Amino acid sequence: MGVRQASASAGVRERRAGATFWSDRLFRVVVVACASMLGLLLLLFAYELWKSSLLSMRTFGWQFWVSRDWDPVRERFGALPFIWGTLLSSIAALLIAVPLSLGTAIFIAEVAPRWLRQPVSFVVELLAAIPSVVYGLWGMFVMVPWLRENVQKPLAERFGAIPLFEGPPVGVSMMAAILILSVMIIPYITAVSREVILAVPRSQREASYGLGATKWETIRYVVLRYARVGILGAIILGYGRAVGETMAVTMVIGNRPDLTLSLLQPGYTMASVIANEFTEATSPLYLSALTEIGLLLFVITLFINALARFLVWRVTRGEGRY
Amino acid sequence: MHRAGVMLILGAFIAVVVVAGCAPKKSPTTGTTATGKVQITGAGSTFVNPVMSRWSSEYEKLTGVQVNYQSIGSGGGIQQFKEGTIDFGATDVAVTAEEEKEFTRPFVQFPVVAGTVSIVYNLPEVTQNLQLTPEVLVDIFLGKVKKWNDPRLVALNPGVNLPNRDIVVVHRSDGSGTTYILTDYLSTVSPEWQQKVGRGKSVSWPVGVGGKGNEGVTGQVKQLPGAIGYVELNYAVQNNLTFAAIRNAAGKFVLPSKETGEEASRMAVDRLKQDIRSSAVNMPGENSYPITGFVYVLVDKQPRDAAKSAEIKKFFEWVLKDGQKMAAELDYVPLAEEVVQMSLQKLAEVP
Repeated sequence: MGVRQASASAGVRERRAGATFWSDRLFRVVVVACASMLGLLLLLFAYELWKSSLLSMRTFGWQFWVSRDWDPVRERFGALPFIWGTLLSSIAALLIAVPLSLGTAIFIAEVAPRWLRQPVSFVVELLAAIPSVVYGLWGMFVMVPWLRENVQKPLAERFGAIPLFEGPPVGVSMMAAILILSVMIIPYITAVSREVILAVPRSQREASYGLGATKWETIRYVVLRYARVGILGAIILGYGRAVGETMAVTMVIGNRPDLTLSLLQPGYTMASVIANEFTEATSPLYLSALTEIGLLLFVITLFINALARFLVWRVTRGEGRY
Repeated sequence: MHRAGVMLILGAFIAVVVVAGCAPKKSPTTGTTATGKVQITGAGSTFVNPVMSRWSSEYEKLTGVQVNYQSIGSGGGIQQFKEGTIDFGATDVAVTAEEEKEFTRPFVQFPVVAGTVSIVYNLPEVTQNLQLTPEVLVDIFLGKVKKWNDPRLVALNPGVNLPNRDIVVVHRSDGSGTTYILTDYLSTVSPEWQQKVGRGKSVSWPVGVGGKGNEGVTGQVKQLPGAIGYVELNYAVQNNLTFAAIRNAAGKFVLPSKETGEEASRMAVDRLKQDIRSSAVNMPGENSYPITGFVYVLVDKQPRDAAKSAEIKKFFEWVLKDGQKMAAELDYVPLAEEVVQMSLQKLAEVP
């Protein structure tokens, strides 16, 4: 038995030695090609967006960023309501989703009994696999009517004077979009955070318990602290989905380019307006304005990613001082 | 060894992709498939897609000619037709004289089927079909009539117990021919609408919420008491929505239906003969429904491939003659005989 194994592995070694030289080279070429293709794609993408939005940029200039007009008939375009809607819906969705996701991830990784971990993780991953149009349909036919009758009506009656809850309770609204977005990003943030928390070395926890820390103290000061960069990554991933989500949001947000603080009023997002109007946009200026919204979305996403990288860098750089 | 094999395949794959990307574009007008069948490609209007798929499958059964239709939207259809990547385009709004200047090849456009836009609403208290005048309809969409028990609505609908509910306007959020037909009508009957909003496939709505697609508007109207919206007749019928009777140019309240739409298309034929781009909204005739429009098809006048052009012509002749009954079965509005004749004349210009 032992002899056969030894001779077999010797054979593998022999063949490997002959193959290594050229296969490693080929491998290198292939992965370099793959990686540079991605970079190239990004550059081409940015260039193409920029080129197609030139007409709109020349026509509206910086006004495009701050104008509230969106009138395809008279060809007056401004992106402010869409920028506002995108930022408000995605940031508010994060505020709801992050605590819930972290709680779930900590439960799965640290608190739940071993037999419960698998089923709960499975359910979370199942949620992540649901297509967004299904979320949208559920949102439109189940969540929105429920929200209107049980949440928005009482809110409008009691707190209608506060700008946050102004307006008639119609159902489709910024509030509905925020809720559906948070439901959609919770599985992502949970799944990634759970992996990151599970990856914290056992020795860290044991050392903490050894010093007499409670479970809460261990999680709070040791596990979460160790895993924070990864958790931040999970949150960015979730935010990326929230910013770019189109179908589900379009179905529940009401698609109205208004600048409003009220959660009960309909709103609009950048991704939604592109998806809604691109197919039937015929005039060059109209198309160009829609492309410029795409470019803005691209820029905002890049900016947020850069900000997150910066945060990670700040956090890890400070590591030594603690 | 095994790994190297995988990499070889990967490398070959990348090479194939790159080569394929660089290969010269093949014109779709080299029209036959591998099996020698004739293949016609078209693209455009999403509204016409259900009946177009029916036409193409029936036609293939009859003749073996394949008609591939991509419902990418009217705008996209016009664009692709202009660039010559498809054999015919379909659009809910006729190509305007201004747009036509950008075309490098001569073409004909003619109606193939019509559609009526029904005004649908959700009032649990009311089971009758409400009656609306153009003026009240405009003021509802302008946000001036805000309640269902507005005195003007009550006066128009004697004996109907109109509730004290807010009116919520639901409109299309995506660009669509349906929106064009409605706003064309509202602009025709109201100078105020024309001046404040205008006509277009997407407009800046004074009030209301947007739903994506006919199904989005249908869904929101269905689940929101007090909502009023507009969808093509077939959606209203298939979803059991109640719709309003609109007062037409002859002063009669008319419900949307295949017959009233057909009547409107008949009334439009004289104007169409003068200018194919004329709108068919607010037509005279006691029995014509005022919010009606056509779907147009664009075909090359100077074909790049004579044999194929003959096939395209045959297909649309069949659509105009035998296809109308199928359109009616799918709750589209069939063209009146006079319009069919006019379209056939236009089609005859294709060699």
